[in-house]
Amino acid sequence: MNRISEKLRKLSIVGAMALLTVASGTVRAEDTIKVGVLHSLSGTMAISETTLKDTMLMLIDEQNKKGGLLGKKLEAVVVDPASNWPLFAEKARELLTKDKVAAIFGCWTSVSRKSVLPVIEELNGLLFYPVQYEGEESSKNVFYTGAAPNQQAIPAVDYLMNDLKVKRWVLAGTDYVYPRTTNKILEAYLKSKGVAKKDILINYTPFGHSDWQSIVADIKKFGSTGKKTAVVSTINGDANIPFYKELGNQGISAEKIPVIAFSVGEEELSGMDTKPLVGHLAAWNYFMSVDSTKNAAFIEKWHEYTKNPKRVTNDPMEAHYIGFNMWVKAVEKAGTTDPTAVQKAIIGVEYPNLTGGTSKMLPNHHISKPVLIGEIQDDGQLLTVWQTNTLVDGDAWSDFLPESKPIIADWTAPINCGNYNTKTKKCSGQNF
Amino acid sequence: MKAKSIKGYCRLAACLMLVFSLAIHGDQDVSKQQLLLNALTNLKQGSMAEREQAIIQLADNGSSSLTILQALLDGQLFILKSDDSLVIGADNNQGYDIRDAITGTAKGAVERTDVGKINLTNKLRASLRKIIGQLQLSSDDPAIRLAAVKAMGNEEDESALAILKAREGVEKDETVKQAIKVVFLLKDMNSGDKALRINAIDALKEVNSLDVVNRLNAMVEKDEAGNFVESDIDIRNTAKAALININTRLQLYSSIETVFFGLSLGAVLVLAAIGLAITFGVMGVINMAHGELMMLGAYTTYVMQQLMPNNLAFSVLLSIPAAFVISALVGIAIERGIIRFLYGRPLETLLATFGVSLILQQSVRSIFSPLNRSVATPEWMSGSWQVNDFLSLTWNRFYILVFCLIVFVLLLQILKRTSLGLEVRAVAQNRNMAKAMGIPTSRVDAMTFGLGSGIAGVAGVALSQITNVGPNLGQAYIVDSFMVVVFGGVGNLWGTLVAGFVLGIANKFLEPFAGAVLAKILVLIFIILFIQKRPRGLFPQKGRAADS
Repeated sequence: MNRISEKLRKLSIVGAMALLTVASGTVRAEDTIKVGVLHSLSGTMAISETTLKDTMLMLIDEQNKKGGLLGKKLEAVVVDPASNWPLFAEKARELLTKDKVAAIFGCWTSVSRKSVLPVIEELNGLLFYPVQYEGEESSKNVFYTGAAPNQQAIPAVDYLMNDLKVKRWVLAGTDYVYPRTTNKILEAYLKSKGVAKKDILINYTPFGHSDWQSIVADIKKFGSTGKKTAVVSTINGDANIPFYKELGNQGISAEKIPVIAFSVGEEELSGMDTKPLVGHLAAWNYFMSVDSTKNAAFIEKWHEYTKNPKRVTNDPMEAHYIGFNMWVKAVEKAGTTDPTAVQKAIIGVEYPNLTGGTSKMLPNHHISKPVLIGEIQDDGQLLTVWQTNTLVDGDAWSDFLPESKPIIADWTAPINCGNYNTKTKKCSGQNF
Repeated sequence: MKAKSIKGYCRLAACLMLVFSLAIHGDQDVSKQQLLLNALTNLKQGSMAEREQAIIQLADNGSSSLTILQALLDGQLFILKSDDSLVIGADNNQGYDIRDAITGTAKGAVERTDVGKINLTNKLRASLRKIIGQLQLSSDDPAIRLAAVKAMGNEEDESALAILKAREGVEKDETVKQAIKVVFLLKDMNSGDKALRINAIDALKEVNSLDVVNRLNAMVEKDEAGNFVESDIDIRNTAKAALININTRLQLYSSIETVFFGLSLGAVLVLAAIGLAITFGVMGVINMAHGELMMLGAYTTYVMQQLMPNNLAFSVLLSIPAAFVISALVGIAIERGIIRFLYGRPLETLLATFGVSLILQQSVRSIFSPLNRSVATPEWMSGSWQVNDFLSLTWNRFYILVFCLIVFVLLLQILKRTSLGLEVRAVAQNRNMAKAMGIPTSRVDAMTFGLGSGIAGVAGVALSQITNVGPNLGQAYIVDSFMVVVFGGVGNLWGTLVAGFVLGIANKFLEPFAGAVLAKILVLIFIILFIQKRPRGLFPQKGRAADS
């Protein structure tokens, strides 16, 4: 039954999209404000990104029900970059030049964002990027609504260090840019906290790694010295299931060696056998299980929109929710969708997030968010065990890497720069 | 960023004091009843800290609470929403079969949404395990008693040690007794009496325990100022001697472990490659859809589990023949529909089967969704076989190794002893001559391809137990499979077996030094160089058949 309704739902979305495109031909362009949705609907990233496309359609639909924006209706322009990084740049160009969208919401992987960056800067567009990432970037045209390392990785390590009294650290990651940069920052941070080099084990594995026997045995040995040990995992995607399975089989429970993950959320958990994962940790800025009226309303709307009461919500969805509403507020404030005006207007805009606080767009184009740490339950939900008392401001350039310590991003006068060195007082332009 | 849990610790301390004082003062019956009721209410609605209190209070009630605590730890304790009572539920896949947590009377089956689970955190789980350990120390099963001793052993808690001491007197099982002895020897090692300490170290050097290694290592270490942590030189020397003794054993066990890891990785490679060894090796068909045939086998396991959710273990066993049949039928269809028109045109075969693999992947995506499917592991395949503290072998890998050998032997027997095997070998050696002798070669081709595909499906069942079941499963293994077959020597089953194990073990011995990424690259470079030197692989086919 469910599969059928799922198919019907897909059909209806396709139908709606087709109608929209037909409609856009007949209605004159000035009557609507176009919003670009740049998420992969096919290929390897489709698993994660399709949900975000649906989220955007829901948010736009909802805004239209409220009367649209500046008296006009919003119109979604959905394109499919097919998990192909260069295609992201092409599609972004198409959205900006052909469809003339007012803003783009999209990208998931860092490499896709880096591919879109030059296009978006050349054509002066707006991109809202909803996923946690490695930092070390701030563009005039990009708004980072996901977590920077200081909003996810650093607090997670703080929690392990202070609350679980962890003394030895395994930094395990998949071999690509996000884990490498994050682990570099974490290693520097741990050393600044007095952790000795011999108490840190760093390990990288290829994408989709499935034979974890020796690595888990190493972790087990590393953790058997009597000092409390934890694993900080930036392991990506499919490799997670065999990893947790092997942990379970080799008898490493969450009580002995907890694993804290930055890439495992509700959506990923819904396709896993959660038995070996129970008790392990995840750090995000939002959990579906958070008990707040705003969140309950959001989940209800999501279920209603997708016509599937089992669909889960996750952190990047909340990031889009905040980002989209901030953009709406900024456009209303500026009275126009002109990107330059919106860039000015959006800084300082506040919008309530789903966990009960109020997020704010900062001058460095990142937002303030709470940090939550949750334990995985066997129903695939995360139970909050710790959270920051206040919201944490996103920091574009990490303070724990010597080369980026003096660098700040500030897109307000007089600095107006994404890569400003406070020592030499120089703006060194963009750094791709 | 002040943490919330500090408050929890304070509450815990307060409640411990409360329990303690109540235990000292009389009025036990009345207060105990009241406490129990309070505890159960707290368990239902309380915060995490209150739940922790409740657990301790329940433990105080003695072994009668054991079922509730165990159910709580296993995630089987629920609140029945209709009457707000505590129930223990067993999963029956539509919902739960529930019984009352206190009286134990069955209450029938309910829907999943009718009950709310009582959540736990790691802190709670750890204290639960400890408490259950204490309660289980008098269990009839030696294995449970051993686990209980281990759970309690790390405690500095005097009362727990007293319980252990009492147990040591009545314990009959040797392993459990030994475990208790180690706990006290470790304690002696920290005492003030020098003779006692040296004796303890001497006794411990024959014990295979990581705790002992850690303690001894700590004794011979220097602190930051360069002074020895342990000031007494005699004790330090005894500790050093003991460490040398233990480390030799540790080394031995760790090489055994590495060999096992290598064999199990090799078993996976052999399973993945052996079907290909038949289609590619014997028939000479480059079948790029081989990985997708394995994927079909894995999905068959998933479907079987959906069909009989109540009998996990049986469903996995039943998946083996089912996967064989399904993959074999798909294989025969591929052979009859496409490959038979392309014999002798390897390039076209390669492209056509690659197309088939894409079609199979996409159809699985459309039928089952692009998300990974979760295949549960049966109880007897999870966990590990703890030989001792230094060596443990995981059951799933162990069974896959055994399974791989069984499949290999069966296949060998089929080729050697059945008439199909005879025909297959005849066609492989000389097609025209076989035809002349009256062997229906095209039927044999189809059967051979079906056999190879069926074996791939069986391999898929094994893979479903160790990796993701998703549309991309096959792609992850296709390159490795070809590598093994080519390395082993095309057309030789023994070659495939040896090549798989050699590559697995080489990989696992390289991994600790080189890391997972580099180890893979090194193995690949080695194979390239090897093939340069011996293009026909480890065990080349000899004679006329090899030249044709």
